[in-house]
Amino acid sequence: MFAELWESFTDALEDLGSVIHFLFRLIVNTPPVLLRFSLISQQIFNSGALSLVIIMLSGLFVGMVLGLQGFQLLQRFGSEEALGTAATIGLVKELGPVVTALLFAGRAGTALASELGLMRATDQLSAMEMMAVDPIRRVVVPRFLGGVIAMPLLAAIFSVIGIYGAQLVGVQIMGVDSGSFWSQMRSAVGLTDVTEGIAKSLAFGVACSLIAVYQGYYATPTAEGVGRATTSTVVTSAVVILFLDYLITAAFL
Amino acid sequence: MRKSRTLNLGTGSFVLLGFAALFFLTTQTTSRGLAIFGPARYELTAKFDNIGDLKVGAPVSMSGVEIGRVAKIDFDSNDYKAVVLLRVNERYNKIPTDSDASIYTQGLLGGKFIGLTAGGADTYLKDKGQIDFTQSAFVLENLIGQVLANFTKSKADSTSPEAADPKPTEKTK
Amino acid sequence: MNQRAPIVDIRNLDYAVNGRPVFAGLDIQIQRGKVTAVMGPSGTGKTTLLRLITGQVSADSGDIQVAGQDMRVLSRTELYVLRRRMGMLFQNGALLTDFSVFENVAFPLREHTDLTERLIRQLVLTKLQAVGLRGAAELMPAELSGGMSRRVALARAIVMDPELLIYDEPFVGLDPISLGVILRLIRRLNDTLGITSIVVSHDVQEISTVADQVFLLSGGKVVAGGTPQELKTNPTEIVKQFIGGLPDGPVPFHFPAADYFSELMSRSEDH
Repeated sequence: MFAELWESFTDALEDLGSVIHFLFRLIVNTPPVLLRFSLISQQIFNSGALSLVIIMLSGLFVGMVLGLQGFQLLQRFGSEEALGTAATIGLVKELGPVVTALLFAGRAGTALASELGLMRATDQLSAMEMMAVDPIRRVVVPRFLGGVIAMPLLAAIFSVIGIYGAQLVGVQIMGVDSGSFWSQMRSAVGLTDVTEGIAKSLAFGVACSLIAVYQGYYATPTAEGVGRATTSTVVTSAVVILFLDYLITAAFL
Repeated sequence: MRKSRTLNLGTGSFVLLGFAALFFLTTQTTSRGLAIFGPARYELTAKFDNIGDLKVGAPVSMSGVEIGRVAKIDFDSNDYKAVVLLRVNERYNKIPTDSDASIYTQGLLGGKFIGLTAGGADTYLKDKGQIDFTQSAFVLENLIGQVLANFTKSKADSTSPEAADPKPTEKTK
Repeated sequence: MNQRAPIVDIRNLDYAVNGRPVFAGLDIQIQRGKVTAVMGPSGTGKTTLLRLITGQVSADSGDIQVAGQDMRVLSRTELYVLRRRMGMLFQNGALLTDFSVFENVAFPLREHTDLTERLIRQLVLTKLQAVGLRGAAELMPAELSGGMSRRVALARAIVMDPELLIYDEPFVGLDPISLGVILRLIRRLNDTLGITSIVVSHDVQEISTVADQVFLLSGGKVVAGGTPQELKTNPTEIVKQFIGGLPDGPVPFHFPAADYFSELMSRSEDH
């Protein structure tokens, strides 16, 4: 039994090495792809613009819940006026980047993995190789970069909509003073908080996009292989996101 | 070809929206705002013995009106004082050179801020000027120390030597 | 370049996968300008041979020359340059699913050349005409039948005017009509374009009608080579079994198993 554990540990280590190696390959192949920006912008559309609806809806609801919970909690200390601060800090530093990343993994990540997995299974990637077109440059790097660029933007949109959601509940419904909501927020929230959020969403963007394209590119070329690739994407992304979240939060302290 | 037009439109709008959100977060939610868009400001320095927990970004006010913000906090190792850099809105350029800067507390237990009280001079502070008259922050421990010191002193005066209260440790100022 | 030299020259090639040898001392030469068929029972490594020729995998030892280039010393860039002189038709067509038929055929042109839209259009339509699908230019791959997508893939493979065309099991799953179309195209393209064609297949009857040269692979080696006629009269056991489609022979019918009688008897005793 111990031997099995050790083997799965070394397998995981091997996978990690493989993923990092893949990341380097993507980074090395990024400069030539930047010259063909149309490929990247198409992927920004696929990963970002098409995820807008779910991100905005989720942002709204999360913000509203934050408004409710925050108000209830702060009321116990007589500090309802600090709702703006509480909601903003919660969203910008944690909920915005993390929830957006999880939703991204579910929507855009699985799409990337299944697209690449399907191309692998139907020999499209091999066909490209045979046509002397590097599939890493033509197909994989644009998708990776598209995800990395889209993520921080999505997280920012999520946070902004969330803040308005919290305001909707707090000010319009629960009666917190609008002026205090914004002015307390302005004085308490610092640029460091916002920067922390942006750093997180960039890191999450790299992680989720990398995991998604890796799973798709190296998927077993069968129908089940593609299915497994998509589920692995979501599961692995979720764990990595939460782990990175802790790391970055600690780093900014 | 039509497909790529809507595609580009969609991508462009999304990216614009994203950057607008980022801009909003960095400028509208924080105390900094964007220096380029804010009103023009000039800088003044003030040195304090003790700034307490005054933070960068704390307000600078005069007669209760916010006229600027604390931009930077430094330490002068020559005279062991805290050097505070204030950024004041250009509109308020009639602060007399003998004005004084004190560190106050917001509310009872709130954050610290700097309050300026106007002096009587005819000349006004200009950019890179220094406020010479300063009063340090109120440090709670010092007050407790003072109270205890006065308490034991009055006790010693009013009572006979048979009072065997153990002397409390004096907090040094 | 010596025009009489074989376009693919493999000598004493060894290749193993996960320790299991696929080829051991393989010798095969493919002549220019001809249609050469490579046949063999399932699992003998026919597709692997193609991968070695196209540089998708590397040999463990031995000599492999393609169009005068030593495959074992090529850098990645040089390999890509070489691949532009080849065209490959995959088993299921392998068309890019997001692009139309026209865009699929135009893909190599767009990636590798700076031709104007007009020129690209003319080239693409010409190639589509050669395979009989000019009218289907605006369709998407999902709307094509198996035979049609293979023809589109063929048009795409010839759009850069390659010297060598490789077909990986092009007849699998086709109805007799589509099969006949592809067969005819293989022969016609080879002759009109003056190229070399390598066809991996195990449709003995069909490929024999168009091939100039046939190689039979078995056990990691070439067991027979010659014209289709020569192979039909070849007395070697394995050749006879393959050509004749006989169920048992050098390639056994039964998967290796224990003694039949004893296995039956032991089964009935266990509960």
